[in-house]
Amino acid sequence: MYLAVGRARPPDGPVPTGAPSPARPAGRRRLTGTVVALGAVSLVTDISSEMVTAVLPLYLVLGLGLSPLQFGFLDGLYNGVTAFVRLAGGHAADRWQRHRLVAGSGYALSTLCKLGLLLAGSSTPALSAALAADRVGKGVRTAPRDALISLNCDERDLGRAFGVHRAMDTTGAMLGPLVAFAVLWAAVDAYDAVFVVSFCFGLLGVLILFAFVPGRESASARAPGTAAATLGQTLRLFRVPAFRRILVTATLLGLAGVGDGFLYLVLQKRLALDAAYFPLLPLGSAAVYLLLAVPLGRAADRIGRRVPYLLGHVALLGVYVVLFSPVAGWPLTVLVLVLHGAFYAATDGVLMALGGPVVPADRRAGGMALLQTGQGVGRLLASVGFGAAWTLWGMDSALALAAVALGAVLVLARVLLPADPVSVTAREPS
Amino acid sequence: MSLPPPSLRARITALTAATAVLAAVAVGYTVAAADGDGREPVSAAVPGLTLDQAPGLYHAARKGEVRSAPYSPSDGGKADGARSRDTGLSCDRFHASGRSAVCIARRPGPAQKAKVSVLDRELDTRRTVVVGGIPNRARVSPSGRMVAWTLFVSGDSYASSSFSTRSGILDTRTGYLIKNVETLQLYIEGRRYHAPDVNYWGITFADDDNRFYATVATKGKTYLVEGDMKTWKARTLRQNAECPSLSPDGTRIAFKKRVREGSQDPWRLHVLDLGTMRETPLAETRSVDDQAAWLDDSTLAYALPGRTRGTSDVWTVPAGTSATPPRLILNDASSPSMVQGGG
Repeated sequence: MYLAVGRARPPDGPVPTGAPSPARPAGRRRLTGTVVALGAVSLVTDISSEMVTAVLPLYLVLGLGLSPLQFGFLDGLYNGVTAFVRLAGGHAADRWQRHRLVAGSGYALSTLCKLGLLLAGSSTPALSAALAADRVGKGVRTAPRDALISLNCDERDLGRAFGVHRAMDTTGAMLGPLVAFAVLWAAVDAYDAVFVVSFCFGLLGVLILFAFVPGRESASARAPGTAAATLGQTLRLFRVPAFRRILVTATLLGLAGVGDGFLYLVLQKRLALDAAYFPLLPLGSAAVYLLLAVPLGRAADRIGRRVPYLLGHVALLGVYVVLFSPVAGWPLTVLVLVLHGAFYAATDGVLMALGGPVVPADRRAGGMALLQTGQGVGRLLASVGFGAAWTLWGMDSALALAAVALGAVLVLARVLLPADPVSVTAREPS
Repeated sequence: MSLPPPSLRARITALTAATAVLAAVAVGYTVAAADGDGREPVSAAVPGLTLDQAPGLYHAARKGEVRSAPYSPSDGGKADGARSRDTGLSCDRFHASGRSAVCIARRPGPAQKAKVSVLDRELDTRRTVVVGGIPNRARVSPSGRMVAWTLFVSGDSYASSSFSTRSGILDTRTGYLIKNVETLQLYIEGRRYHAPDVNYWGITFADDDNRFYATVATKGKTYLVEGDMKTWKARTLRQNAECPSLSPDGTRIAFKKRVREGSQDPWRLHVLDLGTMRETPLAETRSVDDQAAWLDDSTLAYALPGRTRGTSDVWTVPAGTSATPPRLILNDASSPSMVQGGG
């Protein structure tokens, strides 16, 4: 395991060009141990959270006898909280330069919530508080974690690093429900056992994080003596043209989407699928995502991250077109799930690899939080818009509208996205 | 941090130890929770036990086993839980009426599946239907010919905690199965209505095996609908009337009405007189989230959460304005239905 010491870390101001980078070993470069460790943390943590997500409906309705009304009502309120929490987490990590601590506290909070769910019993306020805290934990940790990946990895390997991380993340997400149902099969209707096992996995993730991911002792992202990034300085990232363009593109592309939920809903309706198989559709996409994340990440490193990012959205456009076409049955399912998984593999980690280098290291987490939030808000609004369009004009019209919108934004994105990632070491931010 | 960070080897050792401890906790708790009473959903009745031989209050007891407790609504008092007989069935929902009974049992596994078993009076399985979802409601028509069910399905919308319902109807005489009643031609306040968010639940049949009542929800509003099997049409009767249950004499509908906004104690049981279309709140003032069952023409039974988490008790209340308070008739039970002896 070695720590990649890439180019000299830039201070938050104009930087000298031509900083020498250390000689790279020829041939395949090994991936940083830190990135693998972060991947392992995500894998284990996702097992923990997906376990609970998979059985939560069963638990609440059958185990506790609640009506869906009682918690669905409050569940929707928390979607907006995530955006704010993500930005707060990113900024806190930057300000204190303690990415590992902020990410770790997010992981720890989510882990504790599993016990909270157990102790909450049938009390609706307690349950929704536990679920809300879980969501806060999730929001707080994503930006610092992605910043850690980008800071502990040579810029040229960012695509592969994020690809590896996302692949391990998705593996955990796929294993989670299997573990949950294994527990339920072994101990019939013992939802408390599911929560305890989930807690154990979550705790393991936190331990891996603190054991194997370097914290404050590693090379600090800012030169000693300079002030910590204030909120104002983070917001000044908007003045960096490259960052601004990437953020706007990501938000617009998010807005032109449809939302995963609706995508699967349209697919279900086209396939006339038995309700029992609904949960298996996202698994199909996840499997494709898992397989393609690393290859596409590597490709992003070789040919530039812009191309896979745009092509990924072309794949999404392909999904809409296929759903519209007369293709039916198995070919339809396979095409949609493969294209959808490829879309995620080509865009999710690649966006972070695209945006990372244009943000100075001492504002990395905040910058990534902004990117994730922009995309997230765009997608949220897109979901609402698509739902409205469906209700007003019907499924086919809404889908056609989405396809046209995505096509238009793609054309725009090709112009908007900077030609290649403009690293801060090469150009001054204006 | 003044100490040097521990070496890699030390960290690996510590983590391995921690993993072993956590694994032990996880496995140990799971094994302890498997208290040996892992009842597989079985739908084979105890040989020889029939509905005629064991009349009384049929119910699903704590672990889902269906039992028959001696009980008479007119006598008053509690159902005799101690002398109840086990049918051998294990169901999440059960209902017996006329010449049939229905048992819905969840099947374990990642795919949310449930098995709907239609039984005859000898409690032999006549037909099984595998459906997707979590069992919610089950009803048999008064004659026993029509069987209806509702399941919760998650996955219609991406938020994993939001549900929609899937209701199905089986005609046991013709064998005709409707897996999803959302194909009904719905008329809201006289106008033909289409929407993708339509959900039906709580179907109850009249004794002509053609007319039925149910709840439909769309765009945040719930309606009581009256449906017709032959024409496959449904029209709304009134708003805010959920989980209807038709009385044995066919003149009144018991339902739960939303009386409070929010998620705390939202429901109140009412009875609608179909002749006068007047609603009467019942003496049960607590929030009842159940499709009430008519034990006879003047008594309703329903389940309320019990003292221990995850259990419920069966209560009865007179079906009309009466000074008589609700009465607890059976602990640790749900899905009540009254079966008379004889044919």
